[in-house]
Amino acid sequence: MMGDKHISSQFDAELNSISTHVLEMGGLVESQLHQAIYALIHLSTETARQVLDNEARINRMEIDIDHEIISTIGRRQPTARDLRFLMAISSTTRDLERAGDEIARMARMVRSIIDAGTPGNLPSYELRMAAELAAGQLRKSLDAFARLDTVAAVAILKEDNALDDEYNGFLRKLITYMMGDPRTISPSLDLLFLAKAIERVGDHAKNIAEQIIFIVKGEDVRHSPMERVESVAQ
Amino acid sequence: MNQTAVASPTAALDATPNALEVRNLNFFYGKFQGLKNVSMNIAERKVTAFIGPSGCGKSTLLRTLNRMYSLYPGQRAEGQIHFYGQDILDPKQDLNLLRARIGMVFQKPTPFPMTIYDNIAFGVKLYENLSRSEMDDRVEWALTKAALWAEVKDKLGQNGMSLSGGQQQRLCIARSVAVKPSVLLLDEPTSALDPISTGKVEELVNELKKDYTIAIVTHNMQQAARCSDYTAYMYLGELIEFGETQQIFFKPKRTETEDYITGRFG
Repeated sequence: MMGDKHISSQFDAELNSISTHVLEMGGLVESQLHQAIYALIHLSTETARQVLDNEARINRMEIDIDHEIISTIGRRQPTARDLRFLMAISSTTRDLERAGDEIARMARMVRSIIDAGTPGNLPSYELRMAAELAAGQLRKSLDAFARLDTVAAVAILKEDNALDDEYNGFLRKLITYMMGDPRTISPSLDLLFLAKAIERVGDHAKNIAEQIIFIVKGEDVRHSPMERVESVAQ
Repeated sequence: MNQTAVASPTAALDATPNALEVRNLNFFYGKFQGLKNVSMNIAERKVTAFIGPSGCGKSTLLRTLNRMYSLYPGQRAEGQIHFYGQDILDPKQDLNLLRARIGMVFQKPTPFPMTIYDNIAFGVKLYENLSRSEMDDRVEWALTKAALWAEVKDKLGQNGMSLSGGQQQRLCIARSVAVKPSVLLLDEPTSALDPISTGKVEELVNELKKDYTIAIVTHNMQQAARCSDYTAYMYLGELIEFGETQQIFFKPKRTETEDYITGRFG
């Protein structure tokens, strides 16, 4: 994708290796998210524990990729698209690592909910929809990254609103439960943190999408209105 | 980033006064056309770098700017190069005077086989009649400008050839500066130097641009990125892209430029 037709085939190999490692890291984060969703739906202590055990692997991958980036910058003095690519990778791995942190937080909340006794009357099943929305966003951002597809990146940015709406709707619902029965406050707060973590995973997917536009178009679209993003990404 | 700054090859410089304005320049080595319809501005008191693969015309372009090519039969230029109103390519142009105003430093250091002092004084004597003490001051001034004074002040009587390569190159820069030109043309000035001497010359370029307009040809793209304000990418005698250095190295507009600066060329 990025490492094509440099005079130095070794440079191509380095860039391709970095891309592959980012996609591997993304794949692991994605599978962690699916595990966390499974743990939530099935209230599985075992699966939640596996998610927490795997988190260190994601952290390790971030550090390893950072080292590759530093080494390539130091030895190759990349410019233009190559420079933007490496800067964007650095930002993307940070987002993936933080998404991994949020997913670990989800797993901890699931454990906490299980420990407190199953809150059967709370709408925890409704989080499944939001979680799968977030997983879809992450999947799409990694696909778009692999193909450096700015059109797909814009679609991801637009869909982030749907996830925010889910979160806000869920929050309002929880509040009515908490007002109705103060005994639900404690488990509701756990669910609220869980919902927030899911929403944050979606934010990280959105950040990755912005970096794709940065690589391809050389324009920083962070904090930009959607009209600008769309005109840049064309 | 300024998005509109490089809409045309010369638009980037419209806001800055120009020392040189090249218009529709064509250059021929006999039947071979070395430059094809090049138009660009060289901004006053800025560093403009020419980059591109060997044979792209960057040194040819630099050599038209003080008519260095006129030394060789069979070479000719068409078009205009305006230098504060006068056309450099005008056959009536006084070449000695032109080259005093537009000095040149070459790839290999070319000190004269004479003392360090005389290396500087020689050129000055051609244009000015200075007293001994005035000449002493001028030599010290030029060597100071070229960041060489501290290293040679106690051995001005030594032969210029006895200096190190990096010192010789700075001596050549001092020699150019001594006649108080307004433009300095540097043709790969550091390609024969080690990294420390290269660093000193680059530092010097940065200092000199306060007083002089500088055009530099370099094969070292990082050097262009480090010390120039504007960069021109040339290929096969054509000016492919010209803009602010920051823009050229971060987000070039032309694929050809991007391929070259990212090492995808060839």
